[in-house]
Amino acid sequence: MASKVVMPRLSDTMEEGVLIRWYKQEGEAVEAGDSLAEVETDKAVMDLQAFASGVLRKILIQAGEAVPVGTVIGVIGAPKEDLTTLLEHMVSVEGAAVVARPAEDGEKTGGRTFDAEKGAAMEAMVEEEAARERGRLKISPLARRLAEEKGVDLTLVRGTGPGGRVVERDVEAVLATAGPARVEVSAEEYEDQPLSQMRKAIARNVSQSKAPVPHFYVSRAIAVGRLLDLKSQLETVPGGLKVTITDLLVKAAALALGQYPRLNVSYLEAEGKPVIRHYRRIHIGVAVGLEDGLITPVIRNCQAKDLRAIAGESRALIDRARKRALLPEEYTGATFSLSNLGMLGVESFSAIIVPPQAAVLAVGAIREVPVAEGGQVTVRKELTATLSCDHRAVDGLQAGQWLDVFTKILENPAGLLVQ
Amino acid sequence: MTEMTYREALNQALREEMERDDRVFLMGEEVGIYQGAYKVSKGLLQRFGPMRVVDTPITEPAFVGVGIGAAMVGLRPVIEVMTFNFAILALDQIINHAAKIRFMSGGQVAVPLVIRGPGGGAHQLAAQHSHSLESLFAHVPGLKVVMPATPKDVKGLFKAAVRDDNPIIFIEGELLYPVRGQVPEEEYVIPIGKGEVKRPGKDVTIIAYSKMLHLVMAVADDLSKEGIEAEVVDPRTIRPLDIDLLVGSVRKTGRCVIVEEGWRFCGVGSEISAILYGRCFDDLDAPIERVTGLDVPMPYARNLEKSVVPSKERVVQAVRKTLYME
Repeated sequence: MASKVVMPRLSDTMEEGVLIRWYKQEGEAVEAGDSLAEVETDKAVMDLQAFASGVLRKILIQAGEAVPVGTVIGVIGAPKEDLTTLLEHMVSVEGAAVVARPAEDGEKTGGRTFDAEKGAAMEAMVEEEAARERGRLKISPLARRLAEEKGVDLTLVRGTGPGGRVVERDVEAVLATAGPARVEVSAEEYEDQPLSQMRKAIARNVSQSKAPVPHFYVSRAIAVGRLLDLKSQLETVPGGLKVTITDLLVKAAALALGQYPRLNVSYLEAEGKPVIRHYRRIHIGVAVGLEDGLITPVIRNCQAKDLRAIAGESRALIDRARKRALLPEEYTGATFSLSNLGMLGVESFSAIIVPPQAAVLAVGAIREVPVAEGGQVTVRKELTATLSCDHRAVDGLQAGQWLDVFTKILENPAGLLVQ
Repeated sequence: MTEMTYREALNQALREEMERDDRVFLMGEEVGIYQGAYKVSKGLLQRFGPMRVVDTPITEPAFVGVGIGAAMVGLRPVIEVMTFNFAILALDQIINHAAKIRFMSGGQVAVPLVIRGPGGGAHQLAAQHSHSLESLFAHVPGLKVVMPATPKDVKGLFKAAVRDDNPIIFIEGELLYPVRGQVPEEEYVIPIGKGEVKRPGKDVTIIAYSKMLHLVMAVADDLSKEGIEAEVVDPRTIRPLDIDLLVGSVRKTGRCVIVEEGWRFCGVGSEISAILYGRCFDDLDAPIERVTGLDVPMPYARNLEKSVVPSKERVVQAVRKTLYME
């Protein structure tokens, strides 16, 4: 029996995928589990595996084409099987429903399915994404009319009504934050570059964070002279350890979240009611800049990992991130994030929260600065750390207290080795 | 303007219409010597005599039928049912005769008849005496259903009802009789089929009539304190319905709550919401909310009765839901 090959949903934010190339030609034999094609998602380039054995009878989508998740891209069948009826019915296939459909003979599929453990908020996000994929956006008629009249791009509006329904106030929120009307420029003065999958995902995600999540920011200068001493000692002692500043910051953030867990939270809806979810585990996302975007691999269970483990894992994840080879579970599910732009000479900056996380720490460059202490001006090395917080979940008091704990850990860095 | 009760305004309207047109007469149980079970006909027997203020036996099908016959031969009867619960006994007369004769006679015979009396629940009158039957009557082509909420409206609409050439179901409210309000001193008639915005607002339209209007006006005051400006619209007539007025308001606010005392299933709000979904589809920001009496026979126990009838809390909750505040 013939079996459809569909564009799978390989990450929970994936809406469409680009078929980079086919590994198999029409007429070639295929075993379940073989790599059929290479697919670019919004986050990574991944292999699409066959979930049925037979012959790749039809290629329906050619290399280079972008298609929505759930689109049938090919057909696997027996060598002489009649595919006429199947191909005729192809147009009526409902997109998202066929993702990772099991093969007829019950063989294990290569498709990924969404991890139900991730909770109600993620499910809601998935439902919203699924609705978008089906071309069905839940929106009140008034909001739809308003958006049409004002020319608001509905893909940028986050629905706050029940089930993610876009209602009037959501369109108004976008209108309120929109900039002044665009000045018309002639076509010679610019060039439109189509968005990569990753760029599209970033554009949507940051809009969905910054508009509805009420950010606030607290900053603090932290002396890092002793931290740098520790770092060089670690590298030079026999049996030593090569760590980056980011590794030390991750370890320090994990310790601070352990000692002051009030920031390891999410503001989200559970069973229809808003709650502050306190996480028992600490998963820290580390932002990695790429040529055309960024990705945030997650170091899981930091509460149970020593500096050596964090440094090792971080190196491997960042390496894979740069090759765009991260698996979805490697860049989702963080409870806190860290972004370090120090290596670019940035003094300080503030980052956008990745929902449903409640905080992200932005770290600037280490600089020598004159400091007045006890009536004397001395020179010390310091960095500026800026914490962005979701004000629905956290207040200035908690942000300040956490930053204080974090500062003391970095300024007395021996703790990074013993805890 | 003069301040008076709903009961006094109605009495005045009856008196003025009987003085204006000697074909108008009042008939029903205890309307004469006893001056009306709710004292609506106070002083009328003394003023117009027993030929025009007629006490009847306790037999609704008979005296409603007599009223229909009188209307057919050119009089303009006003039939008082002690409450609309008892009009159920006369449903054959009302539905099969009053509502049909003009059509079945090819327009040769009109039935200019008003059937009036109190409807809705009061206090602990239990399942058989607490009916809100307006949707039942409004279901029938050929009947007009009028439900005024204020002294001014009851007087103006009663005059229009008496002067209309069709059978009118004129439902008052037992608990409305003592309600006071300003009534113009000069002669006025309020046309049947014209509603009124009782309170202008911009955030949500609340549609309510009869007794529920007073509940909703109090809710609108409360909502105003938290910055929600509700527009309260009283259709005053259930059939014909002032659709354009309701549509205009909902187009302005984008949200609608319909409040009625009667049962939810096939209620007046079912029809209004169906019309509004059709006419205002592109204007709605939220599904229309309905606040109704619960779909049960009215319990006798005071606490249960209270939970069946729409409350301020339920109206507020419905409003907040349309504003996505819940």
